[in-house]
Amino acid sequence: MPKVTIDGQMIEVPDGTTILQAARMIGGPIVPPAMCYYSSLKTSGGYCRTCIVKVSKGSEKDPRPMPKPVASCRTTVMDGMEVQNITSPEVVEARKGVVEFLLLNHPLDCPICDQAGECHLQDLAYEHGLSKTRYEFERRTFEKIDIGEKIKLHMTRCILCYRCVKVADQVTNKRVHGVMNRGDVAEISTYIQHAVDNDFSGNMIDVCPVGALTDRTFRFQSRIWNVNPMDAHRDCKTCSGKVTLWMKGNDVARVSARKDKYGEVIDWICNDCRFEKKDAHDWQMDGPTNIERHSVISQNHYSLKEPAHKPLLNTLYTAPADRQLNSNN
Amino acid sequence: MGKKLLLQHDHVPGIHSYEVYRKHGGYASVEKAMKQLSAEAVVEEIKKSGLRGRGGAGFPTGMKWSFLAKPPGVPRYLVCNADESEPGTFKDRYLMERHPHLLIEGMITSSFALGANTSYIYIRGEYFYVSRILEKAIEEAYANGWLGKNILGTGYDLDLYVQVGAGAYICGEETALLESLEGKRGNPRIKPPFPAIAGLYGCPTVVNNVETIAAVVPIVTMGGDEYAKIGIGKSTGTKLISASGHINKPGVYEIELGVPVEEFIYSEEYCGGIKNGKQLKAVVAGGSSVPILPAHLILKTVNGEPRLMSYESLSDGGFATGTMLGSGGFIVMDEDTSIVKNLWNFTRFYHHESCGQCSPCREGTGWMEKILHRILHGHGKISDIDLLWDIQGKIEGKTICPLGDAAAWPVAAAIRHFRSEFEEYVKNPGSIQDVKHYYRLNNLTEA
Amino acid sequence: MNNIRFSDESLALVQKMIQRYPEGRQKSALIPMLHVAQAEFDGWLAPEVMDYIASLLNIQPVEVYEVASFYSMFNLKPVGKCVIEVCRTSSCWLLGAEDVIRHLENKLSVKVGGTTTDGMFTLKSVECLGSCGTAPMMQVGADYYENLTLPKVDQLVEKFRHDGKRKCYTDQPENVTI
Repeated sequence: MPKVTIDGQMIEVPDGTTILQAARMIGGPIVPPAMCYYSSLKTSGGYCRTCIVKVSKGSEKDPRPMPKPVASCRTTVMDGMEVQNITSPEVVEARKGVVEFLLLNHPLDCPICDQAGECHLQDLAYEHGLSKTRYEFERRTFEKIDIGEKIKLHMTRCILCYRCVKVADQVTNKRVHGVMNRGDVAEISTYIQHAVDNDFSGNMIDVCPVGALTDRTFRFQSRIWNVNPMDAHRDCKTCSGKVTLWMKGNDVARVSARKDKYGEVIDWICNDCRFEKKDAHDWQMDGPTNIERHSVISQNHYSLKEPAHKPLLNTLYTAPADRQLNSNN
Repeated sequence: MGKKLLLQHDHVPGIHSYEVYRKHGGYASVEKAMKQLSAEAVVEEIKKSGLRGRGGAGFPTGMKWSFLAKPPGVPRYLVCNADESEPGTFKDRYLMERHPHLLIEGMITSSFALGANTSYIYIRGEYFYVSRILEKAIEEAYANGWLGKNILGTGYDLDLYVQVGAGAYICGEETALLESLEGKRGNPRIKPPFPAIAGLYGCPTVVNNVETIAAVVPIVTMGGDEYAKIGIGKSTGTKLISASGHINKPGVYEIELGVPVEEFIYSEEYCGGIKNGKQLKAVVAGGSSVPILPAHLILKTVNGEPRLMSYESLSDGGFATGTMLGSGGFIVMDEDTSIVKNLWNFTRFYHHESCGQCSPCREGTGWMEKILHRILHGHGKISDIDLLWDIQGKIEGKTICPLGDAAAWPVAAAIRHFRSEFEEYVKNPGSIQDVKHYYRLNNLTEA
Repeated sequence: MNNIRFSDESLALVQKMIQRYPEGRQKSALIPMLHVAQAEFDGWLAPEVMDYIASLLNIQPVEVYEVASFYSMFNLKPVGKCVIEVCRTSSCWLLGAEDVIRHLENKLSVKVGGTTTDGMFTLKSVECLGSCGTAPMMQVGADYYENLTLPKVDQLVEKFRHDGKRKCYTDQPENVTI
């Protein structure tokens, strides 16, 4: 089993493990971000370039460094390999560049985007990007279209990660959408009016790292941090039936697949579970979904018993009793 | 007169036909390879010859061939890269149009050496008429027993096909070419695996440029050692140079590697000097992607030595003061040429040709083009020049395939050597006259 | 929609193409087949034409759309009988490609990308066609027209207009004897 060192931490991994997978095994801040790679989708990764790292030593056998940064998601570790991610200023700088490129034509319409709060591009930009853009030209835009009854495609937000294409290829039985054109006018499309209609097509929504593919049954219903995620299951003949329910009070606002800490779907779910079972009685509850503490989604689910600080105003000025608002009014 | 190996019969009328080609010694390399040598011995000759890939990267061909995996029971493929699309390069078209049998002969000898029983020539779609010329030559080769079953009674079988592309510079990148040959979008593959392990249809594959394959013919005929005597140092043999731009005699020239650049530009044997008696301003020596050099640096290295037409001499000084031989697309610019405008032209090209797979190239090429367009039209800022520098640095080396580098290098070199010209465009936009303007965001679906 | 069918001659050609590739790799014939289809069906690839090609290769239509939209030689919208493609890169550009394009725009009263109202010409500007030593140049159908001057362009346009024929990449070239 090859041993690889990433940012000074060594780990022994099975043959064929990629640098990114090895880093995930180590965990923590040394894990490169990934926007297009998806463990369960074959041939995914390599496109977005956010996970690039520096290989400062190729292997024990051939210790030469690799001449260029490599996509950690598509580079297999060799025994004795040494990798620099956050310990390499070049990598950090290069990644900033990649983030800038990804945001170049992105509309930055987070305030009206359903994905806000669970958007990987948002997280990426916050953690690895610059706080301002140097791009001063008109951004590329596309019209929003419905691809199928339940899925909205907002191509303007797309970063061309190819994940939805791979889902259609590998999870559904027939692909009717793909990448048309090339270069910076490349787009996800069905080309002619064609509904994406398949038992598993809804998984395209879950793998989309941005708000390009959204659930039409949930659009504009709620900000994601205002609904409560609950793990639930049902007996489903088509899929595992293991889902996350996004509850608004006692109502099911949205159904999605369960995801791991890297935002990857654990079990694909069918469209029947996703779009049709919107009654809490359809489901057996398993308990609250574990949400990473840093996520904005956890905002409404963890509250401190006492405010840490009283609001400053109250200590300075208290309104006369007759002018105070009565909370019972 | 330098030695001619590929174009030695260029003046012979009818050399494109089988009879004439054969009469002038054609197909001798196949006979020699199959009857006197073995497949391994041919590979050895190529190694000894020091031949380097003529498509642009200059990787030693013999070494590339020896990397080819040979798992039992798995077919191997030889694919000829005839997707010549690097701006300034037209030597392969010349060779295929006038000497189709030289390429066919090279394909047979090379396929034999590599143990390939099916080989393809992938030619860019725009050269459709050239594909017809090749197909006719292939028919003649079949008819005369050089292709098909049991060639020369050796038991070796080979089928050779021409495949046309459909307009995509990126298909000159070998893995994009293989994707296209498989009937897909020309998106470069992520390497490893390299084609030598998993190429066409997942099988071990060698992809070589037209001129490289053609050079196999004289190498096998004369022997690798003899070939290695031609040229200079590690730049052995001859090279086809596509000369164009502001020169008196544009065209394809076969040179012995090592000819001084000055001689190449000014002598009557080659370019015949600058058109209209103007002064030389700059040269792009190896196709649009290699760094542009100002006159003083293309004629002499920074140490004052004469610059030669060879891999080593052209890259002397690194990118700081040197360039690359690349594909041999030699574009000459006279004193009236605007470097900024020229750079915009190149950058628009790379923007148009980016496949769009990876983000730095997809987004960065268009961004650079827009900034250059702005500078060109008098709306630039001094900070734009630094921004361009920064963007190209963030593309170079960060992409899946070398198109990113190819787009970044010209920008870096133009700023490195001609920064004052960019500043002039920014500071005195009024001085810019007659900026002709055919810029359009080219929607590829449009007619 | 299903009136789309290759002529017997084209069908035979296409069947031959498919046989060039190993079993199970017939998709390799897609690009050559699209060239044949474009030539046969009015110079462009209508969705129905692409669907027909998909059925011949037994692949999903989207696989054809993806490929057709990637390559610049495939027209996804109707074009004129003569598509004039003027090289705009590098040496052609240094030697006056812009003048040729501007001249053609004026002469044909169309902008680059447009088709004349009589449906005769479509004007395109394209990237390097590998004819830099004979710049400026343009391609029409199978043929390269090189060392262009404006009078030469005029003559060619008149000739094409007089011929009135559709020009395709797959035609027998007129400039070269094979």
